[in-house]
Amino acid sequence: MSASPRRREETGVTPLAYSDLRQRTRERDRSLRDKVTSLEEAAKLVGNGDHLAVGGCTASRTPFAMIWALVRAQKRDLTVSRSIMSTEGDIFYASGLSTHLITSWFSQGIVWGVSKVMRAYTESKRARFEEWSHMAMGLRYRAGAMGVPFLPMRSMLGSDVLGQVSGDGAGPADPSFAAAKTMECPFTGETLLAVPALNPDVAIIHVQRCDAYGNAQLDGLTFMDIDIAMAANRVILTTERVVSNEQIRRHPDQTKIGFFTVDAVVEVPFGCAPHECYGLYEPFYSHMDLYAEMTGRDAEAGAKAYLERFYHEPKDWADYLSRIGMAELLDAQRRGSGIYDD
Amino acid sequence: MTIEAARTGLAGALASRSYTASELLGVMSARLLKDGQTVFAGVGIPLLAAILAQKTHAPGLTILFEGGVIGPFVEAGKLPPSTNEQRCTRRANMLVSITEVLLMLQRGYVDVGFMGGAQIDRYGNLNSSFIGDPANPKIRLPGTGGGNDIASLADMIVAMKHEKRRFVEKVDFITSPGFINGGRTRAEAGLPAGGMFRVVTDLGILGFDEENREMMVLALHPGVTAADIKANTGFELPVPADVPTTEAPAMEELAILRELDPEQLYTA
Repeated sequence: MSASPRRREETGVTPLAYSDLRQRTRERDRSLRDKVTSLEEAAKLVGNGDHLAVGGCTASRTPFAMIWALVRAQKRDLTVSRSIMSTEGDIFYASGLSTHLITSWFSQGIVWGVSKVMRAYTESKRARFEEWSHMAMGLRYRAGAMGVPFLPMRSMLGSDVLGQVSGDGAGPADPSFAAAKTMECPFTGETLLAVPALNPDVAIIHVQRCDAYGNAQLDGLTFMDIDIAMAANRVILTTERVVSNEQIRRHPDQTKIGFFTVDAVVEVPFGCAPHECYGLYEPFYSHMDLYAEMTGRDAEAGAKAYLERFYHEPKDWADYLSRIGMAELLDAQRRGSGIYDD
Repeated sequence: MTIEAARTGLAGALASRSYTASELLGVMSARLLKDGQTVFAGVGIPLLAAILAQKTHAPGLTILFEGGVIGPFVEAGKLPPSTNEQRCTRRANMLVSITEVLLMLQRGYVDVGFMGGAQIDRYGNLNSSFIGDPANPKIRLPGTGGGNDIASLADMIVAMKHEKRRFVEKVDFITSPGFINGGRTRAEAGLPAGGMFRVVTDLGILGFDEENREMMVLALHPGVTAADIKANTGFELPVPADVPTTEAPAMEELAILRELDPEQLYTA
């Protein structure tokens, strides 16, 4: 962790030498110890200039409470990656937390149309939206999780998506970032695409439950989170509930993220609000409508007003939830609970 | 019907229909799916069409969602707003990670990819990234999501409204590859499998020439003429002299769609 912005080649968006990657793992305390802390303390694990990977996908299991804490802690110059970005991507741009997002898709969501905030920042070139294919994002995290510098794949070839993220293409790829490279298969001679590993400096992931050590049990859609946790050099878990280690040991087959990857555990009920947490609550649709309305006419002024009201003014996470509103919270919970039972 | 009414020369023919353009897309697309296939479906018309096919002629059709869902049961009136949310998983056979479900596509377990599109060209290349010059875009769109992977690795059905601004000579940006520059250029780029199979619009059904891989009209929907198609396409789109007419949506098909989407979120 460093307090000042880091050079880009030092962030986890270009593959590290294997010895460096191993060294970073060796330096961590991987013992079975209590890691429960507060959002504010956990935010200190994120250094300015870090590569931050965000778990979940679109409006699902977004670690919003941790994002909220990072915005309040005024983090800067983060490179942020995620499988698919939704409203949290807008928040990253508008808060100044990041001007560089790496993802495959970025908008509020299909029902709300193209994000006005994303358009305002990217079309004026104040922020970058680095677009990879969805599978490329998955395999980049997986390569990071596997401890290899790249993985081969068979899409993105022939498209302009490749041109944007390959140094030899026509697109405006920044040479200081890892590029995708076409390669000849050493066995068959076929053309494949090599996508570079992502080893995030920090991953933030929200789970339904975990113990104080960070053994996390995920329900439902896991997205890319298991690979992200294995790829990252530090992991912050936020959780709906901290459960006992005894409970984890009763069903070790359900543990998807292991304690040895985890550096901090924060218990935050409704920690994905206004997005959903599988089996517990669906997205807070009326609040998402409010956000779309606030950012609809003047995207930047709307986003600033939103940040003020929901990020900077609340005295704590409970105050944030109360500003969203009890009716909203109960409705989201009613819609989201008991997905298989009713 | 307001969008159609504004379109060149079509107002009369389309206004007399008893179904919306989106319902027509849903029905015509559903008929292209075969029993026993595995289809990678996007949300909206593709999903509605896949469920309609299951409920009519293809009970053994398996739906996959990009979020990692295999064989879900989508409940009427509770359509998922995206392919990555918990509603997608209701009574599914299996949940896997996003990376795994996309690797199933790469391994060859998926017969058909099925999605909507913002912009398409004569070789079936799709754009969902930039309108205008990508270096100085007029509009930055959301990007590919799984679109690039699906179009690269499966036989594609695309469902979209037939408008001149969408059917363009050359897309501003190839987000999801079709036949790229035609002929063998797709395979030469490293994409030996998959490719564009059908484009279903509210005017007709389009396919691609086996040799040069250019788009052509395979059938027109009831009330649509070759002149209508030409007037609403931004490139030369051949219409054979003996082009057949599709069978209009049956009441049963429309009833199933309307039951699935009672609020008309996707079929208005």
